[in-house]
Amino acid sequence: MKIHEFQAKELFRSCGIPVPAGAIATTPAKAVDAAKSIPGPPWVIKAQIHAGGRGKGGGVRPVKTLKELEEAARDILSHPLVTHQTGPSGQKVRQLLVEEGLAIDKEFYLGIVVDRKLECPAMLFSQAGGMEIEEVSAQHPELVLIENIDIVQGFMPYQARNFFYALDPLPDRGVLTELSAIMSKLYELFIAKDCSLVEINPLVLTKSGALVALDAKINFDDNALYRQSDIARLHDANEMDELEARASEYNLNYIRLEGNVGAMVNGAGLAMATMDVIKLAGAEPANFLDVGGGASEEMVTNGLKIILSDKRVKAILINIFGGIMRCDVLARGVVKAAKEVKIHVPLIVRLEGTNVSEGRAILKESDLEFSVARDMEEAARMVAEQVS
Amino acid sequence: MSILVDENTKVVVQGVTGREGTFHTQQMKAYGTAIVAGVTPGKGGATVEGIPVLNRVTDAVDDHGANASCIFVPPAFASDAMLEAAEAGIKLIVCITEGIPTLDMVKTVRFLNKCGAVLIGPNTPGIISPGKTKVGIMPGYVHTPGSIGVISRSGTLTYEVVDQLTKAGFGQSTCIGLGGDAIVGTSFIDHLRWFAQDPETTGVVIIGEIGGTAEEEAADYIAKEFNKPVVAFIAGQTAPPGRRMGHAGAIISGGKGKAQDKIKALESNGIEVVLNLGQLGKTALQVFKVA
Repeated sequence: MKIHEFQAKELFRSCGIPVPAGAIATTPAKAVDAAKSIPGPPWVIKAQIHAGGRGKGGGVRPVKTLKELEEAARDILSHPLVTHQTGPSGQKVRQLLVEEGLAIDKEFYLGIVVDRKLECPAMLFSQAGGMEIEEVSAQHPELVLIENIDIVQGFMPYQARNFFYALDPLPDRGVLTELSAIMSKLYELFIAKDCSLVEINPLVLTKSGALVALDAKINFDDNALYRQSDIARLHDANEMDELEARASEYNLNYIRLEGNVGAMVNGAGLAMATMDVIKLAGAEPANFLDVGGGASEEMVTNGLKIILSDKRVKAILINIFGGIMRCDVLARGVVKAAKEVKIHVPLIVRLEGTNVSEGRAILKESDLEFSVARDMEEAARMVAEQVS
Repeated sequence: MSILVDENTKVVVQGVTGREGTFHTQQMKAYGTAIVAGVTPGKGGATVEGIPVLNRVTDAVDDHGANASCIFVPPAFASDAMLEAAEAGIKLIVCITEGIPTLDMVKTVRFLNKCGAVLIGPNTPGIISPGKTKVGIMPGYVHTPGSIGVISRSGTLTYEVVDQLTKAGFGQSTCIGLGGDAIVGTSFIDHLRWFAQDPETTGVVIIGEIGGTAEEEAADYIAKEFNKPVVAFIAGQTAPPGRRMGHAGAIISGGKGKAQDKIKALESNGIEVVLNLGQLGKTALQVFKVA
């Protein structure tokens, strides 16, 4: 789960990691009001959406006067913000973070992730802060320092020293003490809140010698939300695609894509592979939809309804390899959905596995119009012909 | 032969009285798996499918000779179940449970390594040596005894691959689902090492997907040390970046994790990669027949 920058900064503040003075606003007038009680000018206003790349997209703006601030706020709130992560239609901005502008001396990067290979948390630190860390890592890997953390020992002082003594020039002792404290606090937050990613980029050293988290990004482990109820409450449904939000209510694993071939598959791996064969056949998938290895009739019905409410869908491919999920259950779900919502586009069905003959018989006996594919390759070819 | 599980595997099912646990206990039994006991704390003394239910895993080991565990315990209690099995001396733990918090797995894997236990999963369909035993939830009937090993990060995708192998005339020695979570107990390389030692396995199919670098590491290992023919498939060639992969996860691996990187790593090490899943059976026919 992702949260907004201002929410992440509230979490930082509550565990003692310094952040700039700031307030949230939903209108240009409220942004001006907020700025009056925040040190400045200068101020910075920052669009609060989950997608990254806000700065390059024009969603982060330094301003020198209240008039400039009001104009910038109006501009950002008036149209969707397009970044490399939002897709071409962009994301509507509903909230702005108004912050004090700081005089910056140095920018660092500090982050924590779980290293899948080494099976432990890893802290990343770089003196090349403020840039995309992926780019720094690709072009100057020597500038990205990594310390693997034993989950039983926790983050140790020697690991902070390993980071510091690679810095050139070495900052003052007071700065190092504060940096070490921020690292420990960030690690404690990562563990306590079941994070999958925390990132401060940049962590700045101001001209007055203070360390401040200028930006904040936290992602949480969805599997752990059951024991993090205060975090689960931070979820912002506005940031989700409408169909994705509906799918998650039905416990369906659905991701909306840009194409026009609706696909319904059981199992995430097979769903990904089905997207791939659709593309190899020359068409574009409209979605990723995994109804689960053991989906019920109801889930199949709901899944098909979601695909059908996507107006761009011009043909549907159902690819099921019945294992735990039986083909007759799938067939009944499809027939039921067809009764509730009219299927107005060509439907191609590929069934294999448990109870496949019962499943095919149920589809055949219904008044549903559909084509049968013998295997995945044929199914993809047939669906591509329908949309070409 | 086969790896890890065969007719000598004696399984204790943890979470045996739950809906999934009971259903799959019956399915495994029907396939021929030797299930010696079930465990549900507080329900000791009951029976499920004629199998005794115990309160503790240690009793299943001491009194019933269990040497493998299959876990169907809900996510919040799954770590506890894995640790209990390892502490009781079980050396093969198959955790079917989906949705275990990542940090719980970091701690669990650390302890299991110390105990010398092999963990398959979590979030796995399990492991099957066709014709001998299955410890997991895969549909037994799509599998056929034979000499091809299958290692996969997926569930239903594996059934599809196994079905194509069977139709192309290739049975399987052992099929393993590594598990779909970020932290899992075993890697491609672990199983490749075991397959290398198994004289009956003549070739291996590996089924990867986007995220992490397990396939790249496997490619490196195969090129250096593995002498049997390998066919690979990577799911997610068309998956949009940023949606499924963690942001900074790619940093540690030096920008790897994309399907294209994995395919390149495999192909540059001389491994046959099937781009279109529909053609896996045909490719297997070429690669394994020639070999």
